[in-house]
Amino acid sequence: MADCSETLKELNRFLDDELEQESLAELTAHLTGCVDCQQAFEFHAELKQLVRRASHEDSVPPALLKRIEECFGDDIAGDGDFAN
Amino acid sequence: MQHAESLYSTALRMTRNKSDAEDLVQETYLRAYRGFDGYAEGTNLRAWLFRILTNAFINGYRAKQRRPQETDLGEIEDLYLYKRLPTLSVGAEDELLSLFPAAEVREAMENLPETFLLPVLLSDVEGFSYKEMSEILEIPMGTVMSRLHRGRKALQEALYRYASTNRLITDPKD
Repeated sequence: MADCSETLKELNRFLDDELEQESLAELTAHLTGCVDCQQAFEFHAELKQLVRRASHEDSVPPALLKRIEECFGDDIAGDGDFAN
Repeated sequence: MQHAESLYSTALRMTRNKSDAEDLVQETYLRAYRGFDGYAEGTNLRAWLFRILTNAFINGYRAKQRRPQETDLGEIEDLYLYKRLPTLSVGAEDELLSLFPAAEVREAMENLPETFLLPVLLSDVEGFSYKEMSEILEIPMGTVMSRLHRGRKALQEALYRYASTNRLITDPKD
């Protein structure tokens, strides 16, 4: 059974969905019984969301889309399949 | 054009201004269209586009930047921000949001040294895996992880600095 410091060492890997099944099970078992670690994990998950949303607020200027489309002519499918 | 939005917001954080970001995204599409850097059918298109974007940024735009150097970042302890904020209630999303407006978070990101900004953008904002980031940035996975973790801590320190300078945090003991 992992203790708090071992659990916190895996915080980043947990947030990034990079833990092996076995480590994840062990970590989840610790979190279930440890409010302190739960709170720390929750906080960092929310912080990650905050960063994600803050940076996604920009919308693409229509002029840029137009510039890109003009580069490719009329046949751009818009499905990202421009490598052919 | 499904990736344009992600590429553009990433480019904005990298270049810190709209006109450079637009040029960078246009250049990325042009390089992609010309098959720059070889795209293999069936592989991860999104990661490939981000690799082109990153390379275009590093080769073409970095010279103009005046970002802090990597060495300016001292060792920052784990859970830096968490330990310094008054206890937030569970599901504290709104509290965090009201403490740190999006514009402030963006500014804190844009002030990170590029070495640390890129993994934070690719992971936290774009959701790439460590393996994908390793391919995009062309660095080993261990390096990706250590830069990502240091970048996150540096971001937390910047957010804390913002909150305490603006007296948004009061000592929970008060």
